[in-house]
Amino acid sequence: MSEVIYMGEKNKKLSEKIEELSGEKITLCEQCGICTTSCPMADDMDITPAGIMRYSQIGDERVVDSEAIWICASCFTCTVRCPRGIDLAKVAEALRELNLRKNVDHIDVNHLDEELNELPAIAVVSALRKFTS
Amino acid sequence: MQKFPYYPGCTLKQTAKNFEKSAIASARAIGIELVELPRWNCCGAVSSLTSDEIMRHVAPIRNLVRVQQMNDEGMLENEYRLITLCSMCFNVLKRSNMVVTGDAEMLHTINQFMDTEPDYEGTVEVMHFLEILRDVVGFDKLRARVKKPLKDLKISPYYGCTLLRPKEVGIDDAEAPTIMENFIEALGGEAVDNPYRSLCCGSYHTVGENKKIVAERTYKIINAARRNGADVIITSCPLCAFNLDNRQKLTKEMHPDFEYMPVLYFTQLMAIALGKEEDAGLEDNFVDPRPILRERGFLGVKQ
Repeated sequence: MSEVIYMGEKNKKLSEKIEELSGEKITLCEQCGICTTSCPMADDMDITPAGIMRYSQIGDERVVDSEAIWICASCFTCTVRCPRGIDLAKVAEALRELNLRKNVDHIDVNHLDEELNELPAIAVVSALRKFTS
Repeated sequence: MQKFPYYPGCTLKQTAKNFEKSAIASARAIGIELVELPRWNCCGAVSSLTSDEIMRHVAPIRNLVRVQQMNDEGMLENEYRLITLCSMCFNVLKRSNMVVTGDAEMLHTINQFMDTEPDYEGTVEVMHFLEILRDVVGFDKLRARVKKPLKDLKISPYYGCTLLRPKEVGIDDAEAPTIMENFIEALGGEAVDNPYRSLCCGSYHTVGENKKIVAERTYKIINAARRNGADVIITSCPLCAFNLDNRQKLTKEMHPDFEYMPVLYFTQLMAIALGKEEDAGLEDNFVDPRPILRERGFLGVKQ
């Protein structure tokens, strides 16, 4: 049984926005799931990497609000393995940017005070780059 | 001495001073002088991956301009191969270099923006020190320079992400790399297999509320190394090093059965093998590698 999903204007717009920002053709995804089985962070995600792709394809807003896009640490394992040649790390980055470009930070820098002395610069810089606008 | 331009990055001047110190001494021992870029700046640590991003490529490219200037000003003689030690700096600099050299319009925009700098001409090749050892020096020649072979020392290589991925940036096969294993063998050590050698350590999740993600990865990676008989782990990334080394404390709190294992920069073992023990910076590691190295006879009696 196949099911036809009719996308509304809003869904279409979100899907196109993700494609534009990531530069990736997300409709190529066939839901094989290699990304999910390869992802070292999948256990800690609320939706799987393949789920991120599916929601992105159909322009489902829940993907933008998911925790999974912040758990992705751009390790590029899925990117290397995707048989359709999709750079999923770019898709996750686009989804994070959709939040960050509304000027909403994902971490509160003011709560890092006690840690800043012990952390390596590389950790602080990369976390701020990924979590703040 | 063969001179190469060298980009340290922020962390090698901070928590990873032992990485820099041991690398400079090791390089010198094999006839390479690492000439630090004048007025370098932070590369940004992570690449910006969105298609419309230009601004964040400026910082990496500015560093590449310094390499051109060093050549123009006679600090170097026609040497455009830039050496990096930190895996993340390597990845970011190489990636930005690839982006702008493949996009003339973007390069033009960046050059226009950096109006007080000379234009970047796309002449720099970003290389990791391990690549220099493999492709320029050669592991055979490195082996010939070893004074104290790391005989019977079982070493688990940890590649992490940014040395290998994405494919177009990686220094070796993304799925089946051998460069670290060959490096270990050149030093006379024994490379131990670790199925998690290129599993992400959790990276910047070490900052903030999710650091348990990192501790769980550390548990997994180090236990696998131990099961396979490893004495120590080596890495080339100061963030992986912090997560695998310093975060062992949190790992132990979460898993009382966990046992500590020393985690070293690959250059620290290299310095020891090349007879530069005094520059290995072993006193700065969180889990002290000296007891096991002394027990195996790789360190002098007094340290």
